[in-house]
Amino acid sequence: MRVALFATCVNDALFPATAVATVRLLERLGVDVDFPAGQTCCGQPQYNTGYRQACEPLVRRTARAFAGYEHVVTPSGSCVAMVRDNYPRIGARAAADGRGTELAEAADALAPRVHELTEFLTDVLGVEDVGAYFPHTVTYHPSCHGLRVLGLGERPLRLLRAVRGLELVELPGAEECCGFGGTFAVKNAAVSAAMAEDKLAHALGTGADVLCGADNSCLLHLGATLHRRGEALRPLHLAEILASTEQHPWRPS
Amino acid sequence: MTGTFLGMPAFPQAAAAALRDGRLRANLRHATHTIRDKRARAVAELDDWAELRAAGKAIKDHTLRHLDRYLVQLEEAVAAAGGAVHWAADAEEANRIVADLVHATGETEVVKVKSMATQEIGLNEALAAEGITAYETDLAELIVQLGDDRPSHILVPAIHRNRAEIREIFAERMAAWGRPAPADLTDSPAELAEAARLHLREKFLRARVAVSGANFMVAETGTLVVVESEGNGRMCLTLPRTLISVVGIEKVVPTWRDLEVFLQLLPRSSTAERMNPYTSLWTGLGPSKGADGDGPSAFHLVLLDNGRTAALADQVGRQALRCIRCSACLNVCPVYERAGGHAYGSVYPGPIGAILTPQLRGITSPVDASLPYASSLCGACYEVCPVAIDIPEVLVHLRERVAEQGGHPLERAAIAAAGYLFDHPAALAAAERLAGRTRALHPRRLPGPGRAWTDTRDLPQVPAEPFRDWWRRNRS
Repeated sequence: MRVALFATCVNDALFPATAVATVRLLERLGVDVDFPAGQTCCGQPQYNTGYRQACEPLVRRTARAFAGYEHVVTPSGSCVAMVRDNYPRIGARAAADGRGTELAEAADALAPRVHELTEFLTDVLGVEDVGAYFPHTVTYHPSCHGLRVLGLGERPLRLLRAVRGLELVELPGAEECCGFGGTFAVKNAAVSAAMAEDKLAHALGTGADVLCGADNSCLLHLGATLHRRGEALRPLHLAEILASTEQHPWRPS
Repeated sequence: MTGTFLGMPAFPQAAAAALRDGRLRANLRHATHTIRDKRARAVAELDDWAELRAAGKAIKDHTLRHLDRYLVQLEEAVAAAGGAVHWAADAEEANRIVADLVHATGETEVVKVKSMATQEIGLNEALAAEGITAYETDLAELIVQLGDDRPSHILVPAIHRNRAEIREIFAERMAAWGRPAPADLTDSPAELAEAARLHLREKFLRARVAVSGANFMVAETGTLVVVESEGNGRMCLTLPRTLISVVGIEKVVPTWRDLEVFLQLLPRSSTAERMNPYTSLWTGLGPSKGADGDGPSAFHLVLLDNGRTAALADQVGRQALRCIRCSACLNVCPVYERAGGHAYGSVYPGPIGAILTPQLRGITSPVDASLPYASSLCGACYEVCPVAIDIPEVLVHLRERVAEQGGHPLERAAIAAAGYLFDHPAALAAAERLAGRTRALHPRRLPGPGRAWTDTRDLPQVPAEPFRDWWRRNRS
């Protein structure tokens, strides 16, 4: 099987280790991975800040970059939610504004082919034990868009439970937002920081070594807060845990 | 604290101030978590909750689509049952109508059933200016009124107060409004409720005019419905001679069969009860047209627009008019839980307020323009909404309207720069490489607007190379 990796702009620019781990994990499971170079950003930050029209070139670009791939895999729940939920809306609005159906067609053609990483692993490949080894105590924060827009449910937890050496501890208040919210983190910095404080109090209380998530934007916000506070708790994307094996164990970058 | 929301600062400033109040944060956290857990249990009891929710949404959408027809049907039915119907285009007109109706009775005081519509139009203040005193009779509204305070929650307007604060308000303020609180009042809930009961009883027995809202109006029979927990509403609706109900035009449902759906959705979503303790229904003056002396002998229905028709014209925003004011979205909202209701600068706080207020009032004031951004878009509100209002969708839609008005100059510049880079991958890669090569020079804290990030967070470490360069070296 050949898939296209949609690395996302945040992973490309700030968390390349997550994208590399996704490539290695998929290859280990027998999947051929392409990285279409025309991809950039899905447009989520612009869209969620109120700049819908600024996203239209990115809808077009993203749809073109992944044309011809039956499966597009993304290690980011919120970017998948953007494509699945909002691309069709952007297309429909352009059509309603009398600017033709080309954007709507591009959006509708792309949306069903984009999979969040854990969806792809459990639903398309049908695996839960990906052969990973990660001898650490881990707690998992389910980011809001994965949890509520995509309905990922137990998928990430089932994958984590099958990892050898990994001790999974439950995160109290797991379903509560971490306070990132894109530009919310700066537009409402005080509330955002208060939400991060409460999320981290729960995470630190678990005694875990690693705070795992499937969305690096949330981990960016939480990790930056942990760093400021000098905490040892390490934020880490799920893909990097699943890519870790006894032969090639995860090493902090 | 003053009794008005006028001239409020924008949400971020008001929220930041509220966050520094440790007692408020503790009160809100305790109250919202308690009610959200209870709601989840009450909803989980019903196997057909998803179907009920879909039915509630469909009934409201259908009614809003044919609002012109159902409102006329309602008006005819109310008139046939001996009621008088008045149409109010805005708050000023509604207040004028109510004041004139009270003046016509010769009375100078009214008792009130808890009502969001009359809060929205500032009826109490308008009546006070006309020499008419309005007494709130809902326990939490009484606490707010006695404390010269503002409501901070749709269902529990005094959610920001704890028992000790309420005891203090009763002890200090009840005497100025009527029967004083007992001298030895403690902060036990039973004693506080008894003090309120004794204080309010005087008002119920004396009042000749009552003002209410309504949760629902059934078009086919002209029946109004108030659901409540305390029984104060029942007293107001039955004892006075004149009853004036001020109701938003979106509260109409076509039939009793439709009402049945909402009488299941509302109590479980709001108070986490299978059924609320009091459900009062009245149809004009009843079959006797008031001749039997039972209940009010005059009934006036004031149908309130006040921005609703404008909201109805917005294809995305109109879903906010489905709202049945249950407040489930407030109780699950992480932003509301920390900022509190006052920061929203409106009688409608929380997620629903953030989409309703800017549509009803417009987005010209700083606080109204800031409300669509008062959310991390976590989606918890949409998940619990009993009429499936996609609040995040409407928030983003309203952000677009704010951005179209001009937005923030720096933000527009950033969006334009990102737009260029993201549509030119070569330029993006060059920028990423430059960031990687200069990473040793990056500060951990930023000046100016960047401080909003770095006040509590470090800047992330930029990697030595972006992923696309790793791919080029290793895979292509």
